[in-house]
Amino acid sequence: MDQAGEKGAANRRAYLRIEGVTKRFDDTLAVDEVSLEIGEREIFALLGSSGCGKTTLLRMLAGLETPDAGRIVLDGENLAEVPAHRRPTNMMFQSYALFPHMTVEANVAFGLWQERPRLTRAEVEARVAEMLDLVQMQRYARRKPHELSGGQQQRVALARSLAKEPKLLLLDEPLAALDKKIRQRTQLELVNLIERVGVTCILVTHDQEEAMTMAGRIGVMNEGRLLQVGTPGEIYETPDCRFTAEFIGEANLFHGRVADGALAGADFPAAIVLPPEAGLAEGDEAWVSVRPERVSLSRAGAASAGVSEPADCNAATGEVADIAYLGSHSVYHVRLANGRIVIASVPSVHWGDAPPPTWGDVLRVAWFAPDGVVLTR
Amino acid sequence: MRRQHFFLARGRFWVGMLPWAWMLLFFALPFALILKVSLSTPELAIPPYLPPFVMEPGDVLPHLRPDFASYRRLHDELLALGTPGADLQYLAAWGNSLLLAALTTLLCLLIGYPFAYHIARSREAARNTLLMLVMLPFWTSFLLRVYAWMVLLDSSELGLINRVLLAAGLVDAPLQLLYNQGAVLVGMVYSYLPFMVLPLYANLVKLDPQLLEAAADLGARPWTTFLRVTLPLSRRGIVAGSMLVFIPAVGEFVIPDLLGGGDVLMIGRKIWEDFGPNQDWPMAAAVAVTMVLVLIAPIVLLHRHGRADGRTDGRSGEAG
Amino acid sequence: MMSARVRPGATVWLLAVYAFLYVPILCLIAFSFTAGEITTQFDGFSLRWYGELLRDDELVDAVLLSLRVGAFAATAAVVVGSAAAFVLARFGRYPGSAAFAGMTTAPMVMPEVVIGLSLVLLFTHPLFTFLGGRGVAAIWAAHTTLCTAYVTVLVQSRLREMDRSLEEAALDLGCPPFKVFFVITVPVIAPALVAGWLLAFTLSMDDFVLAAMLSDPGSTTLPVLVFARLHHGLKPEINALATVIVALVSLAVVVANRAMLSAQRKRAAALRHAAGISPTGVPNVTLGSPDIRR
Repeated sequence: MDQAGEKGAANRRAYLRIEGVTKRFDDTLAVDEVSLEIGEREIFALLGSSGCGKTTLLRMLAGLETPDAGRIVLDGENLAEVPAHRRPTNMMFQSYALFPHMTVEANVAFGLWQERPRLTRAEVEARVAEMLDLVQMQRYARRKPHELSGGQQQRVALARSLAKEPKLLLLDEPLAALDKKIRQRTQLELVNLIERVGVTCILVTHDQEEAMTMAGRIGVMNEGRLLQVGTPGEIYETPDCRFTAEFIGEANLFHGRVADGALAGADFPAAIVLPPEAGLAEGDEAWVSVRPERVSLSRAGAASAGVSEPADCNAATGEVADIAYLGSHSVYHVRLANGRIVIASVPSVHWGDAPPPTWGDVLRVAWFAPDGVVLTR
Repeated sequence: MRRQHFFLARGRFWVGMLPWAWMLLFFALPFALILKVSLSTPELAIPPYLPPFVMEPGDVLPHLRPDFASYRRLHDELLALGTPGADLQYLAAWGNSLLLAALTTLLCLLIGYPFAYHIARSREAARNTLLMLVMLPFWTSFLLRVYAWMVLLDSSELGLINRVLLAAGLVDAPLQLLYNQGAVLVGMVYSYLPFMVLPLYANLVKLDPQLLEAAADLGARPWTTFLRVTLPLSRRGIVAGSMLVFIPAVGEFVIPDLLGGGDVLMIGRKIWEDFGPNQDWPMAAAVAVTMVLVLIAPIVLLHRHGRADGRTDGRSGEAG
Repeated sequence: MMSARVRPGATVWLLAVYAFLYVPILCLIAFSFTAGEITTQFDGFSLRWYGELLRDDELVDAVLLSLRVGAFAATAAVVVGSAAAFVLARFGRYPGSAAFAGMTTAPMVMPEVVIGLSLVLLFTHPLFTFLGGRGVAAIWAAHTTLCTAYVTVLVQSRLREMDRSLEEAALDLGCPPFKVFFVITVPVIAPALVAGWLLAFTLSMDDFVLAAMLSDPGSTTLPVLVFARLHHGLKPEINALATVIVALVSLAVVVANRAMLSAQRKRAAALRHAAGISPTGVPNVTLGSPDIRR
């Protein structure tokens, strides 16, 4: 993940600029004033649940939808007036959209034959061979799409959308049609291939794991708005709104108002010590988000026996309500006295030789104030 | 998701024009003419009616002077219902048409439902062939299939069924099999059975076998499963198939003409006679108008309950 | 599973209904080979009536006319019906769209007598003499109208099934909109166009009511002639005609079925092969690949 973050940070010169793009379908605002800059050779993921507007945004980049407002500038060229078939972008569709009546070869060659000035047959054939070689599908050149497996179809679709050397490669849920097993393997293959070709790429996905594996930077979308843009690490560790915090991974969210420099509310038995430089004024409404792996668990009796708590530690005791044993780690749902559930994720080795806690055991949950993230929206 | 119309942006108008113009000229306009002619007066002329519009001196546009005689005739028959000795030929024809159409529909359903069900539940490899065998007669000449029944039902000692019966000693004299209501009914069921089987099959084949297994697992006996699961889920197929049989059966005229002899009155046949031998086009048009009015309800029902091809049947909502 | 069990009741029912469907036709065929004059009595085997069939100029003319009308009507119906299907599947809602939808499919459910009568009124109307009155052209127009409804339904459902992203992908790859229609849309819906043409052709070949109402003395199609002959006494010649038609249709259907099955087998084999090479066994359900079964 960190490695991906470095990739994203490089080349941040704005190659693609999306400025205040808005799209309305009848009564619903599909895309709401989205602005975004993407650097050359960057792999960028638009992440959101279905209906959040990410696909519509992608389709506007491809020219398949017209924005109601805003500008899209790619490599200095305003794309607003350019119809889909003249744009220097190519898209890989969620269904792959391989032409069923054409062979693999003909599918890959299709875009090349549309080039003006025309390419010679030899040029097209050479390029098709190169592309099929790239995705290792030479052996299937004469097959029809329905004679291929899902993974093979995906590779042909990729070859087809790369054949024209687009300035911008658009991937719409590139792996959603594949089995979970090959999906994970294909994610890395796909990234390697895109990086080898060196094309700027925007991918749309609802799968956070896919976005974090493949992209250098991620844009989180909800209800047509772009909420947060950042590297996978930034998005996960420092979400800037409740939606991102809860959408990416799991989060314990505690609501309250600032009183005497701490967050007071019904969500947590004690006032919550805020991380330093929280930037909140007295009486502000805020949420503190704590990732489950930042919550530490210990046997209630042992810890509270007279040992003084550090000043920046938030702690409470509760009863184990649920345990999910996941091999390398376990997820505990601990119910506090006020009924609130706190989720904690601990490595399985955490309990050492002692038997791990079980349902009904009383545990102490705690986290250090700097591990919490303050959210105001 | 909503999509733009990419191509045909300009060509769209012309693409739309062709079918619009065709249907207006050859479907909508002719129907307007039926209405007009039904209000006309029969006349020995070509065409054999006087239009219901008249131009009087000083008129810029002709004005309508409808002749309701044809409709009055139908109306009078309705009023005379129950009066002994009244001439009720149209009403009788209507009644008989509806009766025969309803009986045809019922018989087709009773024969066709188990038939379609068993095809749908047969091995997947066999279904195709079985269905093809249902379609095959449907693709061959309709008239010749009716003719086949003329040969089978022939009432002389030469008729095929009569020969069999005579040879077997079951009867002493040939039976009067042809030229009666029964013959018409047999011919209609025979001709319309595929219309019932195909939508039923399309519906039943999509029925998830796991639903039946679930019903069995929950303790339902096969008959209960059929009544409580299969039958309700195939409602769309039943309605579509029934309407596809009933609607054309009401207007049928070839089968009663060939198998029914002179005394089987049907409303389609009345239209044909008024149009042909009787040369009373306004009457034929008026009867056609009533026929359309009567058939509106079943046609709407057919549209509501999914298309004949059964593509939409039970795919969403119900079966899922 | 239900289907694995042999149920004698089911078999009996299937056999009985198939017998009901086929015995009349088989009788027709059997008696076409009689040497005698009576349609229900077998007086020795002969091909006499097939010879008579060929020598019957009136009948041969009617067949030729029906073939011609059928081919023209089917072609016109595919053109008009495809356009109508496009309007219905792609134009969305516009004022009059519901009326159009009703109008295009109504001929399918209206009794033929009503359609026939309405078209006679059109073709004999003094204002519409430019249409040429009753005759071959009128029959063609009537058949086109009827068949258009069927073609529309077939093509429309194919268009709705079609993965729209195929067209978008072509556009995205630089294909101009107009060309997309011909290189992508038409080939993808081609099976529906072919099926629609064949259905329209058979409907036209088989139609008696419209043809009879709209024919003039010079335009006797096969069903019109057969109907007249059925009223004037029966001869085994009609049986011979029926046999020829049944044979041709069966042949066509069997050939079509064979082609379909072999395509299915080929596809299945290729998929097995593909799955063998990358042992993923991913079913390709998301594709807009043509569903051969239609």
